[in-house]
Amino acid sequence: MSTQKLRKERIDRGIKVRSDGLYALMSLRELSYLTLPRFVLIAGMLSLPFLMPDMYWQRVISIVCIYAILALSFDFLAHYVGLVSLGGAFFIGTGGYVAGILNSYYGIPPVLTVPLAAIIGGAICTLMLLPCLPLKGVYFAIVTLMYPLFMARIIEAFDLFGGTDGLAGIDSFSSAFAEQYLVICTVLIFLFGLRRFVTTDMGLIFTAVMDNDQAVKASGINITKYKALAVFIASSAGCMAGACLTHIYMWSGISQFALDFSILPIAATVIGGAGTLAGPVLGCFILVPVSELLRDFGTLRIVFYASVLVGFILFRSDGIMVFMQRKYEQFERWTKI
Amino acid sequence: MEILVYGTINSVSLALMGLGFAMVYGISRVPNFAHGALYIICGFVTWTLFQIVGLSYFVAIILSLCVNGILGMSMYRFVLIRVRGMSISEIIASYAIGLVILEGLRFGGFRGMTYTLPVFMEGSLMIGGVPVDYHRVVMTIIGVALVAGLWVFTHYTRIGLALQGMAQDERAAMMLGIDSDFMAMVAMGFGAVLAGVAAILILPLGNIVVESGYHVLIMSIAVCIVGGLGSWMGAFFAAFIIGYAQILTVVYIGSHFQMVVAILAIILTLILKPSGLFGQQKELEERV
Amino acid sequence: MNQDMAEPILQMDKTSKSFGGVQALRDVSFDVFPGDVLGIIGPNGSGKTTIVNCITGFVKPTSGRVYFKGEDITGRQPHKVADLGVTRTFQIMRPYYSLPAYKNLVIPLFSPRAKRTGGWRGGGRLGNRQTIAIDILEEIGFERDSYIPFKKTSTLPTGYLKRLELARCLALKPEIIICDEVFSGLSMSEIASMVPLIQRLQDEGITIVMIEHRLRELFQVANRVMVLNFGQKLTEGTPTEVMADEKVKEAYFGSEEVEEVMIYA
Repeated sequence: MSTQKLRKERIDRGIKVRSDGLYALMSLRELSYLTLPRFVLIAGMLSLPFLMPDMYWQRVISIVCIYAILALSFDFLAHYVGLVSLGGAFFIGTGGYVAGILNSYYGIPPVLTVPLAAIIGGAICTLMLLPCLPLKGVYFAIVTLMYPLFMARIIEAFDLFGGTDGLAGIDSFSSAFAEQYLVICTVLIFLFGLRRFVTTDMGLIFTAVMDNDQAVKASGINITKYKALAVFIASSAGCMAGACLTHIYMWSGISQFALDFSILPIAATVIGGAGTLAGPVLGCFILVPVSELLRDFGTLRIVFYASVLVGFILFRSDGIMVFMQRKYEQFERWTKI
Repeated sequence: MEILVYGTINSVSLALMGLGFAMVYGISRVPNFAHGALYIICGFVTWTLFQIVGLSYFVAIILSLCVNGILGMSMYRFVLIRVRGMSISEIIASYAIGLVILEGLRFGGFRGMTYTLPVFMEGSLMIGGVPVDYHRVVMTIIGVALVAGLWVFTHYTRIGLALQGMAQDERAAMMLGIDSDFMAMVAMGFGAVLAGVAAILILPLGNIVVESGYHVLIMSIAVCIVGGLGSWMGAFFAAFIIGYAQILTVVYIGSHFQMVVAILAIILTLILKPSGLFGQQKELEERV
Repeated sequence: MNQDMAEPILQMDKTSKSFGGVQALRDVSFDVFPGDVLGIIGPNGSGKTTIVNCITGFVKPTSGRVYFKGEDITGRQPHKVADLGVTRTFQIMRPYYSLPAYKNLVIPLFSPRAKRTGGWRGGGRLGNRQTIAIDILEEIGFERDSYIPFKKTSTLPTGYLKRLELARCLALKPEIIICDEVFSGLSMSEIASMVPLIQRLQDEGITIVMIEHRLRELFQVANRVMVLNFGQKLTEGTPTEVMADEKVKEAYFGSEEVEEVMIYA
């Protein structure tokens, strides 16, 4: 009766065990076991613009994707390189302003400004963060938290690029579909690209830097170079997102350095599952629409996602993605002990 | 003369803001990013108790300080204790709590109207030909007295020494029978009370606005970083450096740059000497 | 002894280092010749690890110079020193705990030096890093058949971690390996299996500097020994010379231990 104790057992599915190594793929079933989640994700993302009922929700999709790119860049930097950057807004703002300046001052069309902003903005961010790269942990987090505030104040104080009014009248994308597919494809490319990248030999260097930077130095590798490279990858992703944002709203201003862009991607990463790369994207797809629904309530949405964030840090610190992965790859049963 | 007087006043108010943050980090190594929120909430609680409930001003202040202390302690007891030691989670969690409080207050209707607390003493006096109102004088005196009191407290009382011991080596302190979690909780409550004291001293000079919560957070980080994280005497001296620098920029360059000075101080200190002016951390620990 | 014939490969010239008010090293000079196994001994806190840090660039000496093959490497960044072939192990082991053992070696194999030299036994050409990594590990004592190279580093016992530290140096095809207490924390049998490994590396022409507390094993492999005390060089010579030195006996050894070790040596 009550003296009988039960224990939950988790066992890997046989198919997971066999398909873990690359060589063991023996049947279509195993192949589809591996590819199904990826296929569902890709197909789902690509069909989103058709599924959304109206303009408003299509716009929300674009915003979700922009946050997803930011969250990806945060996750990559924090959990694969060990640099916790609280400055997502710095990337967004820099990218947004670069795109805005290129478009409104030089008349370059959005097709070119987005990749240009990614490269130029990434370079600017990397250069500005270069002196901070030797910093660790809390120190790096604080300094990156300060950068967006600093940029906003500088632009305000010197009245640069339209000052507090920002740059208005920037070209939008040619059509809503172009806009959405651009951001969706960017998310997919970054997601799968980064997942592949972190398992390459060069990706291993980043993990090693996170684990133990002294040993990497003793192995004759210049860690500043690799950290700078990682920051460049992450910041150019963020800048690209910023450039898209500028063209979507046809405006760039100091509110692009606002806290939202720093805190929401972090919340999404924690909720989705830190260090999984797919988790942050998932987290954005949950958080951003809900916070859009709360838009009428003003600042309540910040309260909402900050409290969700605290809740997840406390009670589910491994995130939804890890939970789903476990359900997919293992089965559970109660056994007597 | 004006620069000297207002520089001192500004510095003391910065020191008041930063003291709680420095205290908490120094003892429990928790970067309390909800510091600004604790500051603002103390102001609002005092205002509510004073204006709406109708208590006397003094009682309202005491009560709100108690509320703040309890808030700080429960923040540690229920949230931060679970992420203790993971510095990034500590930052994110405490910052998120701060956001909840601040934006909750903003949503809860504390906007539009102006909320002010009464000053302690009306009138003003002349110091070297510069008019200074009594409240600022009182604030400066209390601020300096507070720092002196804290120094005595941490050097001569039992609990103060325990806190200091924990600040230096948590594990060793634990082996000597100091309950580190309890002490961290006390420190957190203490930091919250200090934030409250700062709020009650500084807020009567202006309106209570939610934005100043972020402002206070940045200023206290600036003070602590420049002074060296974990060293609250350093924070006190750094407050004077930043305080005078700010007044000088306001006088010679423009008030727009007041915040830039603080942020620039943070960034430059971290780049050039991350352990700050008076920091105790070894260089190898924070640098790669 | 080949002091008179050969140029020293590594030279430390009157190096001092102070941390704050503490003088960790005081005017220490010594030469290391190609093919040497130099042992550095001394009580705790006598500055042994500081010597390693000064040579490999993890710490900048307050004064004095360090030369590698006549080239001044004082205060160079650690990765540049390692790039010259001056490698080190860490006293507190620093493997990459989140990676499997063989992937730990992918990191040094990714370095510019490994690309130039092809790594240990690479013969100037670098192939697939992961297979080379496993080969190196097998040669240094990780049994391939037991899947130990594929295990997560955090699950490995100390003996393997110490070998992994050595392997990380070897992957760079080093000229010098500076071992910071590779024997400490190992059981007698583990040490016994490490000693031949060190001797084999010496036979291959790799110069070795060993910092050690385990005198008995050190005296088996070292051909010269330097004694440090309070950051100063006390004496230098062959193991037997050092043992006979009265100063060393007084300053450092407990007399019983000296007797014991001398009998053994």
